[in-house]
Amino acid sequence: MKRLLLLISLLLCVGRASAALDPVVMQGLASDDFDGKQAAVAALAAAGDDADAQRLLKALSEDAVAVAGGRLVIVAGEQLLDPASGAPIKPAPASPESISLNNSLRQQVDGALAAVRLLSTDRGERLTAARALLADMGEGAALLPLFDKALAREQDGEIKPFLVQLAAQAALGSPDVARRLQAVRDLAGSGSPAVKALLLPLLDPANEPEEKLRLEAGTAIKAIDARLAWSDTAGQIFTGISLGSILLLAALGLAITYGVMGVINMAHGELLMVGAYSAYTMQALFRAKFPEFVDYYLLAAVPVAFFVAAAVGMLMERTVIRHLYGRPLETLLATWGLSLVLIQAARLLFGAQNVEVANPVWMSGGVQLAENLSLPWNRLIIVAFSGFVLLLVWLMMNKTRLGMFVRAVTQNRPMAGCVGVPTARIDTLAFGIGSGIAGLGGVALSQIANVGPDMGQGYIVDSFMVVVLGGVGQLAGAVWAALGLGVVTKFLEGWAGAVIAKILVLVFIIIFIQKRPQGLFALKGRFVD
Amino acid sequence: MQNRRTFLKAAVLSASIAAIGGLSSSAWAADTIKVGVLHSLSGTMAISETALKETALMTIEEINAKGGVLGKKLEPVVVDPASDWPKFAEKARQLLSQDKVAVTFGCWTSVSRKSVLPVYKELNGLLFYPVQYEGEELEKNVFYTGAAPNQQAIPAVEYLMSKEGGSAKRFVLLGTDYVYPRTTNKILRAFLKSKGVAEADIIEEYTPFGHSDYQTIIAKIKKFAGEGKKTAVISTINGDSNVPFYKELGNAGLKAKDVPVVAFSVGEEELRGVDAKPLVGHLAAWNYFMSVKNPENDKFIKMYRDWAKKAKLPKADTVVTNDPMEATYVGIHMWAQAVEKAKSTDTDKVIAAMAGQTFKAPSGFTLKMDETNHHLHKPVFIGEIKADGQFNTVWKTKGPVRAQPWSPFIPGNESKQKL
Repeated sequence: MKRLLLLISLLLCVGRASAALDPVVMQGLASDDFDGKQAAVAALAAAGDDADAQRLLKALSEDAVAVAGGRLVIVAGEQLLDPASGAPIKPAPASPESISLNNSLRQQVDGALAAVRLLSTDRGERLTAARALLADMGEGAALLPLFDKALAREQDGEIKPFLVQLAAQAALGSPDVARRLQAVRDLAGSGSPAVKALLLPLLDPANEPEEKLRLEAGTAIKAIDARLAWSDTAGQIFTGISLGSILLLAALGLAITYGVMGVINMAHGELLMVGAYSAYTMQALFRAKFPEFVDYYLLAAVPVAFFVAAAVGMLMERTVIRHLYGRPLETLLATWGLSLVLIQAARLLFGAQNVEVANPVWMSGGVQLAENLSLPWNRLIIVAFSGFVLLLVWLMMNKTRLGMFVRAVTQNRPMAGCVGVPTARIDTLAFGIGSGIAGLGGVALSQIANVGPDMGQGYIVDSFMVVVLGGVGQLAGAVWAALGLGVVTKFLEGWAGAVIAKILVLVFIIIFIQKRPQGLFALKGRFVD
Repeated sequence: MQNRRTFLKAAVLSASIAAIGGLSSSAWAADTIKVGVLHSLSGTMAISETALKETALMTIEEINAKGGVLGKKLEPVVVDPASDWPKFAEKARQLLSQDKVAVTFGCWTSVSRKSVLPVYKELNGLLFYPVQYEGEELEKNVFYTGAAPNQQAIPAVEYLMSKEGGSAKRFVLLGTDYVYPRTTNKILRAFLKSKGVAEADIIEEYTPFGHSDYQTIIAKIKKFAGEGKKTAVISTINGDSNVPFYKELGNAGLKAKDVPVVAFSVGEEELRGVDAKPLVGHLAAWNYFMSVKNPENDKFIKMYRDWAKKAKLPKADTVVTNDPMEATYVGIHMWAQAVEKAKSTDTDKVIAAMAGQTFKAPSGFTLKMDETNHHLHKPVFIGEIKADGQFNTVWKTKGPVRAQPWSPFIPGNESKQKL
């Protein structure tokens, strides 16, 4: 980078370089030797104002430069262009083999392109160039004259702050004290860790002789640190909430089947797996039948996963679990066996390997909230989705007749039966709903975790942890427990690493359950046995 | 009642069939040489190991088509240890004492290799291990056809520190929590120290197997990289955790030109499950890439593609080859050559005949089994990920490098350098 900057600055002093690209130097691009390639790219960057050089740089950045028949060519669709003139070569040499750059060369090429674009007449191009340089470049002292020139010309209110910052970064190495001081002040408003890294050396008297400047740099770093600390904490809390929302989705179904109905369902994780495979199947179906809507397969997967998982759950309840009500040990063993059956069934149907479930385009990438804080879309959407599912469950339990029956059966089964509640059917339905919600959790998991036959095994312990911690029989307890566990786990992870964090959380839960076996929230009343 | 019982019976039956389904000891001609294939076909490592089983079966078929070994056909015995380390030992014992295999090709993780070692020593079996690993081991009963640290990890870090690789000054050593990443990182830490990297400029992070939430770790890497000086990540994450790791990396917008990630366990096969576009420019170090151009490799790739179609592998039209597959292929051929030379499948005779075997490998070099240390001499390639999930070789050694199973960077190994 330094070398390139030096060359650009030389170019700015000397004025326009010669238009012709030296073919000998350019041939270096075709060589296997790094130094040859670097010399060629540096020469191109030096001639950056030249239209031919720009064309070749652009082609390089798009990986469109190739070697064919021993000479350098630009690949443009079907045609092969001569890099020096841009004219098509006829007849085109056979089998062009594209040359590709490594990271450091690509950075040089991008830097050279961006630096030239700062002076472009097109506003959008200038803006992208300024952004790219700001994101990529360290101090770039050699580019200061170029930045000053661009700054003097720039009228646009949006681009100007970027240029001010670029110029300030470059001016940190300026011999003029006043200029340096101004630069440090300009940078104090930044929230970027990269700027902090540039300012850090100024604290050392060996690098910065002026006392005043050292103090100023110290204040600037403090200001930046304060901003960074805020977004760091915000980021950590968000990752905690995100993990919490996933735990909640995994555990909400169990909160109904175990919490409310008292069935220890070891196959709960496999119901998550059923949901995830439903998402996979819908993706495959959309790819085959409606390729133009493939980005929306998830919307279709949500109801499908709910009903498939609910059907599997109701089948389990009808065939196995209902005969074992009141016998927790047998239920535990039988459902564990069922989980093995489901895992093997998935292996037979879909193969033992993980399957690929792609994020739709609208769930890729993230929103940049601060320089060091970007929230990925897939996580944001899952947080919202878990809120939506929670709302549905709450409405179902508290506002519908079915919910009222479920609550009645939970609270006092014989009495509910006496007043005419069909307890057996309610059991099946409640189990189905719990399973269906697990299916919804599976759809969410398919977006962030691997989908494979035994994916459920990893969540069964976490789910039970959430339900037991929250207090058996309580939806609100599950919500608080999931969010609490999520945030605590993430803070511990940041502090002690993922492995230790997992151990600490388990130890914490063991101690907590010892002291308070009923969980965070306990059902109160004489009907609880 | 009757229905339920039949249903349960059917379910149990199908489950048990599935469990032993991999065990295809179909009746072959009476006079065959049995060859064990010990790779996880389910669980967290299946993403990597399934392809090795396919490669082994393909190579065995290739050898059989040419008349087999010592005039006998090879008969594969495939077992599935299901990414469960104690099960590896159990299945290895079954292969050796029940099936009486002449040789086993298998294992990926070091923890699975460590698990089967006592079995092979006790029953004097022969194991070919096809994956790069941490070294610090040299067993008479094992041939290592993957890379030792000086054939992969050390050159990769040297590349990152060079001007060409971006002159990295700070390092994040990120791995799955087991013996391979821990030992590799111990070696790398000592190596970095010897190159003058300060203790404060290195952090180590470990995650459990199958970990899928990399948010905190990515945030930590971002913070660490933001404290000045060029930072690089050295990833020894193994198995399917790589998919969520790279997904998160892409979503968090951490680009290769800011913080390059070099991985030692990610190859073409692992990248099939990810959208590689956000990962362009991140690196991997191996002894073979599918993108290497030479006639041997063209032949190898075509053979595997044909095999995938014939064996009806899922997504057979997009199958890829990778380094451990190449190592498996080379290992099986070398074993066959050694058996021909020894005129016997006896373990000790084959071990003696293995020394100095050579094979023209798909990597484009003629690889040699070292006369003394049971490791291959291998070339080293460093590649950057391309948008199509292939690698673009940006650096390679002039020729094959001799393995140093006992790293000189670990104290106490000084006396073992001659091995």
